Amino acid sequence: MVNLPERKVGIVSCSGEGCVEGTISRIATRLVLEKIHPENTVTICLPLFLAGGKEERAFAKDYPTIAVDGCDKLCAKTGTERHSGKIASSIVVTELTNGPNRLGSRSRRKLSDEDLALAESVAEKIAQEVDKILNRWR
Amino acid sequence: MKASPSERVIVVPCSGIGKPLGSVSREAVYELVENTRKGVTETICLALLVSGDKETLQLVRNSRCIAVDGCPMQCAEKNLKHVGGNLVASFRVVDALKQNRKLKPKSVTFLDRDGLELAAAVAGQVARKVDEILTE
Repeated sequence: MVNLPERKVGIVSCSGEGCVEGTISRIATRLVLEKIHPENTVTICLPLFLAGGKEERAFAKDYPTIAVDGCDKLCAKTGTERHSGKIASSIVVTELTNGPNRLGSRSRRKLSDEDLALAESVAEKIAQEVDKILNRWR
Repeated sequence: MKASPSERVIVVPCSGIGKPLGSVSREAVYELVENTRKGVTETICLALLVSGDKETLQLVRNSRCIAVDGCPMQCAEKNLKHVGGNLVASFRVVDALKQNRKLKPKSVTFLDRDGLELAAAVAGQVARKVDEILTE
C-alpha cells in the first residue's frame, strides 16, 4: 500500500467462512479487483484490518471504501466504520437474495452455477458503486 | 465420522484475500469440514470472531481450535489467542510451501492446480492433527 495513485477505491469483503454468502462476497470482490476495475481498486484482509493492521486502517481512513458483507452481521461494514470512519457504500449479499439462505446443501467451497452467477451480479453491483465514486472525482 | 457439537474441532483459516496463500488456507479448511473430516470439524467466520460476536467467542473458548494461516502475519492464530480461544495447534501454508517447493500457486479467486495441490497437502497435515486430538 505504498505509493498508491491518487484515485483508488478500497473494497473490504467479509471473510465469511461460515456461510455461502461469505464465499460469494469474496469472489465478487476478487472479480472486481482482477477483471472489472483492476486499475482503480484494492482490497484489504478484514481479519488483519480488524486485528489492528496499521496500514490497512490508514488506507481506509484516507480512501473511499466499499464494504461487501455476506450476511446481516455486517462484519466488514461495522469493522471498517469502527476503525476508519464512514464507508462510501455497503453491499450485503443476503439483501440481494431476499434474506438469509444459510448453508443448507450448498457448498461454501465450490460455488454452484447459480451461486457463481450471483457472485458475478454482486461484482457488477460493486463495480457500479466504484464507478459512482470515480465519477465524483472527475 | 461424527462428534457432538462440543467435541468438534474448530478449524479457522485466515482467508486472506490479497494473496493465494489465504485462499489455500480456506480451501484446506473446507476440504476438512466438507469432506475428509466432515462431522468432527467445523469452521467459523474469523471476522465475526474478531468483531466480538458472543456466540462465536463462546464456541472458540469451549472447543479445541486449530489455526490455519496463509502468511506469517498469522491473523487466525493471533486472533484466537487474543480472544482466549482454546488453541491446540497452528499451521502455516507458507511452511507447507517450503516443503513443496515445486508448487507455485498464483491465482487467488479460483485456485489453480498448484494451489489445490498445496491445499490438499495442508489439509492432510491438519487432518492428522485432528485425529490426534480426537483420540486424546
